[in-house]
Amino acid sequence: MLVEAGHFALALALGLSLIQFIVPLWGARANDPVLMSVAPATGLAVFGCIAFAFLALTMAYVTSDFSVLNVVENSHSAKPLIYKISGVWGNHEGSMLLWVLILSLFGSVVALARNTIPLRLQANTLAVQAAITIAFLLFILVASNPFTRIVPAPAEGQDLNPLLQDPGLAIHPPLLYIGYVGFSISFAFACAALIDGRIDAVWARIVRPWTLGAWAFLTLGIAMGSYWAYYELGWGGWWFWDPVENASLMPWLAGTALLHSTVVMEKRDALKVWTILLAILTFSLSLLGTFLVRSGVLTSVHSFAVDPERGTFILAILILFIGGSLALFAWRAPMLKQGGLFAPVSREGALVLNNLFLATACATVFIGTLYPLALEVLTGEKISVGAPFFNFTFLPLIVPLLLLLPFGQTLAWKRGNFLGTAQRLYAVFGIAIVVTLAMFAFEYGGPVAAPLGIGLGVYLVLGAFNEIVTRSWSKGTPLPVAWRKAANLPRSTWGTVLAHAGVGLTVIGIAATAWGVEGLATVKIGSSVKAGDYEARLERVVPRTEANFREDVAIFTILRNGNDLGTLESMKRLYVTRGMPTTEAGIMTVGLGQVYVSLGEVQADGSVGVRLYYKPLVLLIWIGALVMALGGGVSLTDRRLRIGAPARAKTGSAAPVPAE
Amino acid sequence: MRRVLALLAALVFSTSVFAVQPDEVLKDPALEKRAREISAGLRCLVCQNQSIDDSDAQLAKDLRLLVRERLVAGDSDEQVRDFLVQRYGEFVLLKPTFSAHNMLLWLTPVIVLVLGGIGAYTALRRRPQAAETLDEEERRALEALLKQDQSTS
Repeated sequence: MLVEAGHFALALALGLSLIQFIVPLWGARANDPVLMSVAPATGLAVFGCIAFAFLALTMAYVTSDFSVLNVVENSHSAKPLIYKISGVWGNHEGSMLLWVLILSLFGSVVALARNTIPLRLQANTLAVQAAITIAFLLFILVASNPFTRIVPAPAEGQDLNPLLQDPGLAIHPPLLYIGYVGFSISFAFACAALIDGRIDAVWARIVRPWTLGAWAFLTLGIAMGSYWAYYELGWGGWWFWDPVENASLMPWLAGTALLHSTVVMEKRDALKVWTILLAILTFSLSLLGTFLVRSGVLTSVHSFAVDPERGTFILAILILFIGGSLALFAWRAPMLKQGGLFAPVSREGALVLNNLFLATACATVFIGTLYPLALEVLTGEKISVGAPFFNFTFLPLIVPLLLLLPFGQTLAWKRGNFLGTAQRLYAVFGIAIVVTLAMFAFEYGGPVAAPLGIGLGVYLVLGAFNEIVTRSWSKGTPLPVAWRKAANLPRSTWGTVLAHAGVGLTVIGIAATAWGVEGLATVKIGSSVKAGDYEARLERVVPRTEANFREDVAIFTILRNGNDLGTLESMKRLYVTRGMPTTEAGIMTVGLGQVYVSLGEVQADGSVGVRLYYKPLVLLIWIGALVMALGGGVSLTDRRLRIGAPARAKTGSAAPVPAE
Repeated sequence: MRRVLALLAALVFSTSVFAVQPDEVLKDPALEKRAREISAGLRCLVCQNQSIDDSDAQLAKDLRLLVRERLVAGDSDEQVRDFLVQRYGEFVLLKPTFSAHNMLLWLTPVIVLVLGGIGAYTALRRRPQAAETLDEEERRALEALLKQDQSTS
């Protein structure tokens, strides 16, 4: 009954979305405030309906209602509660429902922000938002309905894919979707501005927190996915340039560019047309990511043709929204007035460069991901584009961007002085170079990339904090005064500093992977495998049984130069329902590095293949991403909801600066 | 998003996630290092975007052994790769060749960067001319703003 009610609520949400789409647009054209204010009301109602539908499906999972096909396919009565809940979005149908749930959640937040957004802009934005909701609700109801019943109902479900029964995977999709779908708000605002033909700094100020929030969540989502792959897939890599990963990286790169161009637009009223285009592109890439992952086109071009309904449906949505918004852009953008002059060497100029590099990096990932598909469709030739291609093309684009980053952050708005800026950074340069040289001396004869990368990371972290130092301290300033000044700097400044420092930390973590060591051996109980200074000694192997899996637990003692660091468990599991084995790597954190033990085949004589890694500073890769997202969060708490741009420090008060 | 990857990984790894087996490793560390480097650039043909160095599939194991066999026989890195391309086609290379049908792939980053750079540069160059079309009043307002900006930043 509840399931049918959920199904019905979804259909109701579709009807309400149609109203939310048509009436406010009409109202905005006719300048009728009553019609326009239909938008927030319906927006909230749509969210209510979809939330109810989602809850209904969740209840079906929690109570193991095996008369629902989706629950049968992805759940099991013996599964722990957390995975019963995360199983709701651990499958195609449920994850699409989560997608529209988040979409309508964002819509309802826009609906509630009626005091901060002009009515007309709000009405147009919610109408565009409703158009997206309509498309995806149709998709769910027609091609991927999670509420389909099955008769007769089986007694037991088929369980969730064991690899997904992991806390990391429970929260990874929601984080990622909040990021993906969050960009729909920037997109809707951009389309609304185009429909209205008007755009100004106020628009940028309204849109920026949305972009910032979406970006921060996407950052967390990608980092979470990366860490999950690292410990769950068992071969210790943290980024594989897999098309599925690229699908999330593209909107991230475009979103990062958007974040920075919105700063220019808000502060200087420049780059308007470009910002609008970026907002459209960013969400288009989110849609593309959804298409790539959901249509099955990645597995093979053929699997798309085998089950054409879903793929074709998402492709149609893709063409409709990307094509439609770009057409709208081509039609309306020439009418937008450009403003804000600046010299090439200026903060604006640096941010243009930032956008150029990020856009090129994004285009590189785009072509690398889609080129093999296009080539196969057009010529039938099959090629592979994998990690070596991306490393080769992506790094030369990102390294110059990172080298310029502290410069851009230090340059003045409007017209800057390159040499003067360099002087403010000389201490940063100095320390980074000393660190690099020290690293070279320390690891004499080791890989070249590691010291250079660590030097770059140190340069980024110090370069980021340099802004705090130069703005709060000069020769002769007593430390307490400087400290107070630093603490009183706008939150947005601290946000920028943290986000940029986070990039530096990630770079250090990535660079240090070059120092990673690995050992590989077949060991018996009592013998050990070595990697560098580290050693894993197999103590014993014990069987263990849990509710939905059995496992063999290998217990190792970890030694560094012979000193006992403690024990670590590495498992080989068998999930009973699906008969599927998995490997659970044993991980021990030593400082910021990790000892990583992965089990291989158990030989006939009881010995077992063991792979041991030591990965120095590896945690910095994800800590850096967390710090980046934290920077986004700190910026969001700025009273003016600004990011990136330093506020005018004349009075130090947080009163809004009048628009120029 | 990773779900699909995970699913495929699950399908592919019928036994465990464990690539190079201890018994495959060559005695000569220099040769083994070369084998690992070559393997990292070769696709496991039955897997989803995995190198033979990372994959646990039987085919990947066969290819790893084949690579090592050729190396022991005295082949250069290039010869090993050519041998595999001859056998399995270009699909086996994770880094595509610089051949005519891949030009668009390789040149896109360069084209986007150059065209984008030219576009941004010309847009910036056009700006000062636009400024000259300001009328007196706008110019005064602009100067006032500039002054205000300088005194505050």
